[in-house]
Amino acid sequence: MIALPAALTGAGQALALPLTVLLPLLAGALVLLLRRSPDLRDGSSMLMGLVLALVVGALWSAPDAELSFTIWNWLPGLAFEFRMEPLGLLFATVSAVLWPLTTLYAVGYMRGNAEKHQTRFFLCFALAIAAAQWIAFSGNLVTLFVGYEFMTLATWPLVAHKGNEDAKRGARVYLAVLLTTSIGLLLPAIVWTYLLTGTTQFSDGGVLAGHGSPALFAVLYAMFLFGIGKAALMPFHRWLPAAMVAPTPVSALLHAVAVVKAGVFSVLKVTIYIFGLDNLSTSGASQPMMWVAAFTLLAAGVIAVRQDNLKKRLAYSTVSQLSYIVLGAALAQHYAVLEGALHIATHAVGKITLFFCAGAIYTAHHLTRVSELDGLGQKMPYTFAAFTVASISIIGLPPLAGSWDKLLLIEGSLEAGVPVMLGVLLAGALLAIAYLMPVPMRAFFVRSDTHGADPDNPSGNPRPRTEPVQEAPLACVLPLCITALACIAMFFFEDALIEPLARRLGSP
Amino acid sequence: MIVHLPVLQVVLPLLCAPLCVLFRTPRVAALIYFIAAASAFACAVGLNIQTLDGIVLHYQLGGWSPPAGIEYVIDGANAPLLLLVSLIALLVSVYAPRSIASELEPARVGLFFACMCLCLAGLLGIAATGDAFNVFVFLEISSLASYALIALGARRRALLAAFQYLVLGTIGGTFLLIGIGLVYAITGTLNMADLAQRVSELGENRALIGAIAFVTIGMAIKAAVFPLHAWQPGAYSESPSAVGVFLSATGSKIALYTLCRFLFTIFGASVAFQVLPLTQIGLLVGCVGMIAGSLMACLQTDFKRVLAWSSIGQVGYIVAGISLATSEGLTAAYLHILNHALIKAALFAAAGVVMLRLGGTDLQSIAGLGRLMPWTFAMIVVAGLGLIGVPLSAGFVSKWALATALIDSGQWLVLAAVLFSSLLALVYVGRIVEAAWFREPQAGRTPAAVPRAMTAVTALLAISTIYFGIDTRLPLALAQTASAALLGAAP
Repeated sequence: MIALPAALTGAGQALALPLTVLLPLLAGALVLLLRRSPDLRDGSSMLMGLVLALVVGALWSAPDAELSFTIWNWLPGLAFEFRMEPLGLLFATVSAVLWPLTTLYAVGYMRGNAEKHQTRFFLCFALAIAAAQWIAFSGNLVTLFVGYEFMTLATWPLVAHKGNEDAKRGARVYLAVLLTTSIGLLLPAIVWTYLLTGTTQFSDGGVLAGHGSPALFAVLYAMFLFGIGKAALMPFHRWLPAAMVAPTPVSALLHAVAVVKAGVFSVLKVTIYIFGLDNLSTSGASQPMMWVAAFTLLAAGVIAVRQDNLKKRLAYSTVSQLSYIVLGAALAQHYAVLEGALHIATHAVGKITLFFCAGAIYTAHHLTRVSELDGLGQKMPYTFAAFTVASISIIGLPPLAGSWDKLLLIEGSLEAGVPVMLGVLLAGALLAIAYLMPVPMRAFFVRSDTHGADPDNPSGNPRPRTEPVQEAPLACVLPLCITALACIAMFFFEDALIEPLARRLGSP
Repeated sequence: MIVHLPVLQVVLPLLCAPLCVLFRTPRVAALIYFIAAASAFACAVGLNIQTLDGIVLHYQLGGWSPPAGIEYVIDGANAPLLLLVSLIALLVSVYAPRSIASELEPARVGLFFACMCLCLAGLLGIAATGDAFNVFVFLEISSLASYALIALGARRRALLAAFQYLVLGTIGGTFLLIGIGLVYAITGTLNMADLAQRVSELGENRALIGAIAFVTIGMAIKAAVFPLHAWQPGAYSESPSAVGVFLSATGSKIALYTLCRFLFTIFGASVAFQVLPLTQIGLLVGCVGMIAGSLMACLQTDFKRVLAWSSIGQVGYIVAGISLATSEGLTAAYLHILNHALIKAALFAAAGVVMLRLGGTDLQSIAGLGRLMPWTFAMIVVAGLGLIGVPLSAGFVSKWALATALIDSGQWLVLAAVLFSSLLALVYVGRIVEAAWFREPQAGRTPAAVPRAMTAVTALLAISTIYFGIDTRLPLALAQTASAALLGAAP
């Protein structure tokens, strides 16, 4: 592992933290400067992505280090500041590592589909990553809110990218839901917290304990969790399916790398460092939200099963999967919270693979519906193999990445004394099988019947058993293979990802 | 020289007005106005440096001591307004020559700048004076000048707008005069400090309550507080672009300052907010205003009218802040007075650039312009974010302050209205952005060169809204001294 120079990780102002925000911004500036030459433009984005991944990766050499950086004193007692802690480092790593992969994929996708306005696309992409890094290292709620809103605005042009009526309508829903919740609920919750405690700083053990009654905490917790609309709790989940009008790399970015993960990350951050686990479990303030999360988990799963549009199905699956993390937070219990943190990483890798596959299918064959995929497995073996692996990981079967966090959540709900959650988790896993597995099964095992009406084959004789491979461009297929392999690899070393956080939280 | 700063900044623009008329040439008149505005700005900077240190400046006109003579008092409450008005005037003096040349025949440009000088002198005078009747005098000076300025608008509808404002503005001015007359009748003095002392000895008095009501309503008309806003959309959107920039940023703000001055300094918060239910009335009017104004802004089809209606909504925030009558509330109100002035000036300045290029500001006609005039529309987005109150914009600072003040006073419903109104702001700003970027431009549109001076002013204003969103020291210091001055001792 590379060690960063001492100036970047010094005890005073750790420059590594603002550097993680500056690198994507620099990438954005380069995209603008090099707009005349697409190869240089996209190359610079990828290069910056790799540098960012290295910088964030290097921070893992000392994940417990108390790095902080004060940017500016905004109002008296309220500073914009970065402060590294294990959970933030985990989120930063997820987004930093997946950014260059998504960029590579986006290059293949955007060129393969001859999309317009690619410069604007890659610029907003870089800005969204900058916002994700900002959120990951935020030292207090106000700083986090700034990054949160900036991310919403930076991703809006991405959702509206196609510019047709559908895209504009989707983008309006996207912006309306996310900003309504953040301005209407999250902001007042932050101001209220500030007035109650005199601080918005993320601190170990929380800052709210002793500053209010359990009922007040319950209201405030609900304001935070609904206010963080990016976590897509019902009834504020509509933006996620609406955003499916965007090009697929955007969906990958929204559902795996930046936006939704910023939401659930904020939920965990608020739970651990503002409310405090002990405070929540003794006051029971998070109980109502636990049920909301459980409901969302099941309801979104049921809706996902009924979707024929592949991207919509994946969107509702995301809504359902995010609730695992919110549920973990709301259980307010050591293992459950660790599950939430781990699920950020495993779901990111799994879901980005699924979206990469969906985009690859669209690029290669212009198919968007599950019912159209019959027999496609032979034409796109790598894509559907990757899809299968990622699906199993998200369902939570060993030996794939997603299995550990399901186990932790089971432990967590038992510790928290709500065994009924086991039923919810079981039902959730069954639903996940029901909405994910039909896709590869249709592709591999159901034979395409389109040839019955094929004018070239009027006799209806059985078609040849093997079909020529017609995969998407290499730039699309390579990333999805890498992330699929990561789903397997993570199974073996993912305890390293949450170990620092476990230490930070203390013994259960 | 330094001793005379309080009066110099009013007198210089006043003297420059006839000079503008004498040298009719557009260039010279513009230069004279620039000198007037620049010197007023210099004076205001000098004054603010002193008031921020907590000094209260008293200047006796002609050496006559109050209460017989007229006294100018510069304290924390009016110094920020002096700074704001003269700053905007200075920026407009750079912006106006190019903008007005396209809207007015050269022969009348000299008169335009004379009116601008008068209007500036009037607004500064209202802020600087420590004499209640003097407020009325300067109010009339600035109002008469602004009626003329609005009537100079290119379309014939400008005449109607000016007439509407004339009628309603006169009613507002008259109400103020009646209010002043009533307190004069019961106290026998016009000096503010003197008034404050005598009013506090009165106890509950019917004439005093009448006076409060008249002054409040009069100033509410001048500030276009909903539902007394009827003159405002026409006046802001039909006037020449430069006038729109100037009036939208300063006119209503000065009226709100005057309201604060009368309520807090002269009548005293205890009478105004305890004997009369002004807190409840103000919060109600503010809430209805912010929602109705923003809603109407969403329905407009003209860019400038969107901005004008949005001002009615934004004034609602300020009214709500004032109505709390707490130090946090007044701080929030002052912050928003300053921040909103910059934001709205930036937007009206950008609208003026669009107007110059297209001859109109219809939302249909700006379709696709984001790509043809990228800088202008980037400024519109930046300033528009301030209207919504997105973090790191100036609007967020005032919204944070207002939210803190409201929660502190337990006004959750008002907070809900504020947040709802910000969401409506998102709708009307979003409509503009969507039209400019996500619609195809009308056929035959080519990128148009934009006058550099106008773009520079727009950019400066737009960047300042971001700057003051990040570095809050100056506006916060100004707002806190202002709120302390209003709630503390009389000047």
